[in-house]
Amino acid sequence: MDLSKATFWGYKRENGRVGVRNHVLILPVDDLSNAAAQAVENNVKGTLAIPHPYGRLQFGADLELHFRTLIGAGSNPNVAAVVVICIEDTWAKKVADGIRATGKPVAHFGIEQHGDHDTIMRASRSAREFLQWASELRREERPLKDLWVSTKCGESDTTSGCGSNPTVGNAFDKMYPHGVTMVFGETTELTGGEHLVSARCRNDAVRKKFQFVFDRYQQVIERHKTSDLVDSQPTKGNIEGGLTTIEEKALGNIQKIGRKCVVDGVLDKAEAPSGPGLWFMDSSSAAAEMVTLCAAAGFSVHLFPTGQGNVIGNPILPVIKLSANPRTVRTMSEHIDVDVSGLLRKELSPDQAGDKLLECMFRTANGRLTAAEALGHREFVLTRLYESA
Amino acid sequence: MIHFVVHEEGDGVGVVVVEGVKAGQKLAGWIMEDNKDVEVVAKGDIPIGHKLALRDYREGDTVIKYGVDIGRVVKPIAKGEHLHVHNVKTKRW
Repeated sequence: MDLSKATFWGYKRENGRVGVRNHVLILPVDDLSNAAAQAVENNVKGTLAIPHPYGRLQFGADLELHFRTLIGAGSNPNVAAVVVICIEDTWAKKVADGIRATGKPVAHFGIEQHGDHDTIMRASRSAREFLQWASELRREERPLKDLWVSTKCGESDTTSGCGSNPTVGNAFDKMYPHGVTMVFGETTELTGGEHLVSARCRNDAVRKKFQFVFDRYQQVIERHKTSDLVDSQPTKGNIEGGLTTIEEKALGNIQKIGRKCVVDGVLDKAEAPSGPGLWFMDSSSAAAEMVTLCAAAGFSVHLFPTGQGNVIGNPILPVIKLSANPRTVRTMSEHIDVDVSGLLRKELSPDQAGDKLLECMFRTANGRLTAAEALGHREFVLTRLYESA
Repeated sequence: MIHFVVHEEGDGVGVVVVEGVKAGQKLAGWIMEDNKDVEVVAKGDIPIGHKLALRDYREGDTVIKYGVDIGRVVKPIAKGEHLHVHNVKTKRW
């Protein structure tokens, strides 16, 4: 597929970023605000609340990550406008101000001194105004480079490594020369193949940073493990699917970055990249956590290969799922957007599989709902670094 | 009909890509990177996605897949046998 003149239809936002969805987000800052946020979502049909279980008594780097993730989620170009609700007014304003830097409409509400009823009423008025305003925004034709593409695989099996992951790699290799911004992560899931990622880093500075975050995460595993992680990495699903060791899983995982892309930089969790190219984000390998971090970093479409059939979605970031496992494609067809099982029957070449995925990516960017969106999968999962105070 | 795939020549394992492979079955393999064919007789039932050994292994041997070390053999494995967590372990963690 020649991508030199490729375009998609997206929503250009106030800060120049381009989104492929047009959500009006109802964003609770903490667990206590979920009820009000969901009530507003119910009052104003077409808005999207993203409840989550955290936000109280976090501190230090863990609190910073919490704010960065919420502000990033609200700032994502797939979001047109945001209503922020928090138990305390000051933190509602802090998150709202962070999102306001994008120029998009934001309103914030504190529950204390008002109660849920009054908060829900006030927030619903703003949500209704935002929704009607957003409903008149129109898509415009934009160059491919305005699309930010993330990837992470899940419930992997051996067909991931020889089928669906190399298909993402093929698509990444094709997009890379056109200035697309792309990211991969899953720090511990590179174990056994970290030398291959290191060799792909643009320069020694990037390599050093990559090795630092890789080594740091290995120390976390060493500190807390009670076994050789046979119950976690690989997962029971991975083992059921035929993956035997973390090394095998990692080598399959790394197929997602193709053969030509260079690793241009390393990002902290939920950190937005500063330019185009392929970025590595230090992140958990748990699917919903990693995809949420990608949404918070500003990515607008996600490529998710699966072997055994992970059913994940995300409220903000459309998750396109592909599989090369013929059994999964047959038994879980409602979850699979792109069937590349033909790769393993020699019916599909890697080049054709990559094109098939890109074609689905463009259709999704233009507005087609993914399987996960149609099925209502909205896994919004915050990464925690340690205990609350 | 392809029963199993091998990433590249030199790999010591193949991945079964069809359902219902039975002991004694003659299996047709495809070495993807080199586009070559290979044949192995299955020495056990092997589920889809699981690996079969392409050579004999002794305890302590290293298993190579994608041209890279994926773990150590903890029980002898004969060519054509199921190779998985019961006879191969990680060298990490």
